[in-house]
Amino acid sequence: MSDQATHADAHHHVNYVRIWQILLGLLVVSVLGPMIGIKIVTLMTAFGIAVVKAYLVAKNFMHLNVQPRYVVYLLGTTLVFVMLFFAGAAPDVMKPAGDNWRKPYVEPVPSHDAPHH
Amino acid sequence: MRPIATTRSAAGIPTGLLAVWWVLASEVVIFGGLLGSYIMYRLAHDAWAVQAANTNMWIGAFNTFVLLTSSLTAVLAHQAAEHGDGKLAAKRLYYTCIGAATFIAVKAFEWTTEISHGMTISSNTFWSFYYTAAGLHALHVIAGAILMMYVAADAAKGRELHRVELIGIYWHFVDIVWIFLFPLLYIAK
Repeated sequence: MSDQATHADAHHHVNYVRIWQILLGLLVVSVLGPMIGIKIVTLMTAFGIAVVKAYLVAKNFMHLNVQPRYVVYLLGTTLVFVMLFFAGAAPDVMKPAGDNWRKPYVEPVPSHDAPHH
Repeated sequence: MRPIATTRSAAGIPTGLLAVWWVLASEVVIFGGLLGSYIMYRLAHDAWAVQAANTNMWIGAFNTFVLLTSSLTAVLAHQAAEHGDGKLAAKRLYYTCIGAATFIAVKAFEWTTEISHGMTISSNTFWSFYYTAAGLHALHVIAGAILMMYVAADAAKGRELHRVELIGIYWHFVDIVWIFLFPLLYIAK
């Protein structure tokens, strides 16, 4: 019961509306960043901020920081599996040729008159 | 008799909460694999940038705003449930459902426009990924909203208030998935 009380107390210290305002501010930055037109800025503002937003939601809304440590390890382990999958599959998908294989498939280049909206 | 999900906590947390974390762990692999595959193909094929230019960033940004706001109402519902206020928790969960309905309505408008312009799931690999990833996410939004209405109906009667936290955690996960889908599908052009 005392564990549950501690768990609930930890929630009460979070100002959820403030976190939401920060998330909206980050959303605005992630939208405006790519408009500068510099690739590294786009990557930083789009994907870097996505990581920050996900962290804020996980920590403050999902209360991952007050869960037992093994819950974090459980989720972390699945992320490691995803990275293993990426590391195993990426060389085959991303390299068009190698010493022991050929990849005859070429992604067709789409026509540039595709409608934009 | 109280269900075992609320009474047993052999792992240090209620069994129902532990079950939600297990579900989310499996979801990390599902969405992680999908997004990882998308990133591989996107980096390997510059031609995808031409296709990605057809997605509407403003619609994606609006839906991000909707999901972030619905996450706020979900966590405020949890806060109300912790204070034992089932009616307020239910009200806030219904606000979250309105967010879900708005998200799906905007998605329906967006997809209708894209499909009418000839960009379908079988157009090419980019659009296959686009509809698969966004469609799988939309299915999670719909499932979450249905479950949330069920939980809200109970919470309004002061019953099973612990479920408000459980559905909230699921909803925040759906929000996090969209936080990564948004830059991948709408910004990286």
